[in-house]
Amino acid sequence: MALYRDRILTVFSLFILFSFLTYADSNFGHYTLRILQNIAIFITLAVSYNLINGVAGQFSLGPNAFLAVGAYTSAIFTLSPEEKLRSFIIEPMLWPLSVISVPFAASLLIAGIVTALVAILMAMPVFRVRGDYLAIVSLGFGEVFQVLANNSMSITNGSLGLKGLYPYTNLWWSWGICVFTVFCTVRLVNSSYGRAMKAVREDETAAEAMGINAFRIKTFAFAFSAFFQGVAGGLLAHLITTISPSLFTFMFTFNLLIIIVIGGLGSTTGSIIAAILITWGGEALRFFEEPANLFGFQYDGVPGMRMVLFSVILILVMLFARSGIMGRSEFTWEGFLGWIKNKLSAMKV
Amino acid sequence: MDLLLDINGLSVFFGGVQALTKFSIQISRGDIIGLIGPNGAGKTTAFNATTGRIRPSEGSVFFCGQKITGWSPPRIARSGIARTFQNIKLYEDLSVIENVMIAAHSSVSYSFIEAILGVGRYSRDETRIKSRAYELLELMNLGEVASEQASSLPYGSQRKLEIARALALDPKLLLLDEPVAGMNPTETREFGEFLLTLRDNLPIGVGLIDHDMSFVMEVCDMIRVLDHGIPIAWGTPSAIRNNPEVISAYLGTDFNGTTVKHAKN
Amino acid sequence: MDLSFALQQLVYGLTVGCLYGLLAIGYSMVYGVLRLINFAHGDLLMVSAYIGFFGIVIFNLPWPVSFAGAIALTALLGILIDRGAYKPIRKSPRINALITAIGVSFLLENLALVTIGGRPKSFPTPQFVSGSIVIGDVSIPTLSVWVFVVTLVLLAICMAVVKRTRIGMAMRALSRDMETVMLMGVDKDRVISFTFALGSALAAAGGIMWSMKYPAVEPFMGVVPGLKAFVAAVLGGIGSISGAAMGGMILGLAEVFIVAVQPEWSGYRDAVAFFLMIVILLTRPTGIMGERLPD
Ligand SMILES: Nc1ncnc2c1ncn2[C@@H]1O[C@H](COP(=O)(O)OP(=O)(O)OP(=O)(O)O)[C@@H](O)[C@H]1O
Ligand SMILES: [Mg+2]
Repeated sequence: MALYRDRILTVFSLFILFSFLTYADSNFGHYTLRILQNIAIFITLAVSYNLINGVAGQFSLGPNAFLAVGAYTSAIFTLSPEEKLRSFIIEPMLWPLSVISVPFAASLLIAGIVTALVAILMAMPVFRVRGDYLAIVSLGFGEVFQVLANNSMSITNGSLGLKGLYPYTNLWWSWGICVFTVFCTVRLVNSSYGRAMKAVREDETAAEAMGINAFRIKTFAFAFSAFFQGVAGGLLAHLITTISPSLFTFMFTFNLLIIIVIGGLGSTTGSIIAAILITWGGEALRFFEEPANLFGFQYDGVPGMRMVLFSVILILVMLFARSGIMGRSEFTWEGFLGWIKNKLSAMKV
Repeated sequence: MDLLLDINGLSVFFGGVQALTKFSIQISRGDIIGLIGPNGAGKTTAFNATTGRIRPSEGSVFFCGQKITGWSPPRIARSGIARTFQNIKLYEDLSVIENVMIAAHSSVSYSFIEAILGVGRYSRDETRIKSRAYELLELMNLGEVASEQASSLPYGSQRKLEIARALALDPKLLLLDEPVAGMNPTETREFGEFLLTLRDNLPIGVGLIDHDMSFVMEVCDMIRVLDHGIPIAWGTPSAIRNNPEVISAYLGTDFNGTTVKHAKN
Repeated sequence: MDLSFALQQLVYGLTVGCLYGLLAIGYSMVYGVLRLINFAHGDLLMVSAYIGFFGIVIFNLPWPVSFAGAIALTALLGILIDRGAYKPIRKSPRINALITAIGVSFLLENLALVTIGGRPKSFPTPQFVSGSIVIGDVSIPTLSVWVFVVTLVLLAICMAVVKRTRIGMAMRALSRDMETVMLMGVDKDRVISFTFALGSALAAAGGIMWSMKYPAVEPFMGVVPGLKAFVAAVLGGIGSISGAAMGGMILGLAEVFIVAVQPEWSGYRDAVAFFLMIVILLTRPTGIMGERLPD
């Protein structure tokens, strides 16, 4: 019964989201639409990042590198052969890649798969031993990606980057992928695989004593999360249409870290809420960094101000509000309806 | 007689210190075998070496006729050895029922894609795991607190939950490291009775470490005594109780029937 | 590769190696004591470089005063970071401490960006470190001689402190087993503060010499050296001071010699540390930092 009701409510809210997006698509300005797409991409990233950091408890600092891998992969696969001939001026592109061109959807899938494979390669040495090596290796990989991308001229076009990508990414693609990611992640977390990840997070020794292969489940969580980060990279590439090795800075990872921490490490719901808040709020905070004229006073924006604020928030949340918005709890229709009922009865009194 | 566990001449070193010296033990189906000894005698180490957490420097462990020395802990667990920990290792932030369901992970036959789509063996497996977990919680009198957070349980219940979790693995051999530590006398007596019923109803063998002598003497068929990593005695409870070597090993501690309180969490 | 070329590369490699080593020691000690990767450690190099720069250029202080000030203030900052950010969460899960460490690192970098600006400042090179000593075909920059001497002296002092003083011994004990130390009645927090101070002071000394060698002081200058120093610390066996110094040397030499042998690989120089880390992980399956299995 409750299951049936929940399904109907879920479908209904997806319908509302759909209607809202349709409305937004034809009525909102370019800037607002861009923010809406950013929100979708950041939800995708945050939810998958939360899977490895929050659910499986393995501290990764890899999202910016995975974004980069996904962005490059998908861009390489959608660019037309003519465009490739035109951009690769220093060194021609490696042969099979230079003539391949696939539809956007296929390129996203390939981006996801390639990124997941990279994650698996990284996981092999890292998860063989216990300890926080994932943090260092994934952080290092971000640097190494830049080095590799700058030096593999015939694949990535070096520091020139890839230009002239077709702007495939629109409201529907970004929100479609976002809903898909949330769906897959939530289902996974609620299955035995998700429970095994949590067991490893809570106590690896006890998890292994219960027959859970910690190496395997950690690698799986990492690859699963990297898959969606790679797909998000593909989306991002075809949103901004020009990518270069230095574009995917650690800033992305840092923003995501803030999001999952504020949302509550381990809570998918929290990641979604915080992704919306931070993407929106971060946009609003941009004014700190840009020159502005405030009530007649000239204010020369200060670059880095937003990041100072964000780091302070991150530290403060860690010190004083560790469970973030949601702690480790998740949204359920049961809880939501109960909450509404409470509010209503409180209003009557 | 169905031999389950057969340990031969197991030795363990910790950086030059020998924690276990030529330890041997056999546990068969239907047995409850006790492992006792003063603090630091190497009892937990024997369990750790059996379950693959520590690599022994010599000796071998056979389980169901198969040599399992050198296997990884999860592989050993899946082959049928479940254990509990001296200092309770629950998944504290998860619910009681989830704690038990996790042990069934290795019996899950659905792929992650089936889980995401909610098709195939997914529903059937989940239903089976969940009802089995409830069964085990009922068995341990924990049915009422199934959806509570594990860390919110009182100490005694946490111990019981750990045992329910171990049983969810459907083990052939159950290794219990100080299961009644922290339980009150009533709980201890009930647990002893429970253990005996369990042995009578399930085709399993039990290895048991505890400092509560009256409890150990009551439930065990045979007892192995360790001191400083060296096996010093093997025999029935009554033989052990009167063994002068055992008594002298325990000298200064409160042996002979009464509970030995020990200062270790 | 002829001998004098090899010797020349050796000089270069050892110079960077010493700097990595100085930075690695602090990483190593803090990880040993707290099991925490102190991501902010690399940024202390930047902080000390700025303090040194301002002391000389703005306040016109004499060199020694300015450097001593940089070292003292950085050491103090190290203590403050621990007290303010890490101490309150010692008991919470490790991932929280790691996240806080990332936050502190980002805060330092962006505070520098906001208050000082992103344009690199050119660190003044004092007279006594310019020039070089030529022996045969090998030219040894005077700065390198200074780097070797200062590193060796600091290393010797550091080892003496850890081996001979009470607090140093407590630190070593702490990095092996927390409980024993508490039984000994040593004030754990004091030992931890001391560890941070010592590690930060070494990083500060490294930072000064680093900015003489690569005289561009900017907010993010500590990031890459920090990462590499961590690898060096792992390479030398975390918790070991001489190991960290050795690890730094090996990394410095590896970077220099790989490029010397294969000049076309010069673009990959910054990737050497990463692959070294992977190799270490693959070849030492039982754990690098002596991860003792708790029971
Ligand atoms: N991982 C380890 N590293 C180093 N030494 C260890 C380790 N585990 C145990 N030891 C040492 O091995 C010896 C045996 O320890 P063990 O835990 O097996 O004793 P025990 O018989 O279980 O004692 P207790 O009754 O107190 O639980 C002790 O001296 C202990 O300090
Ligand atoms: Mg024990």
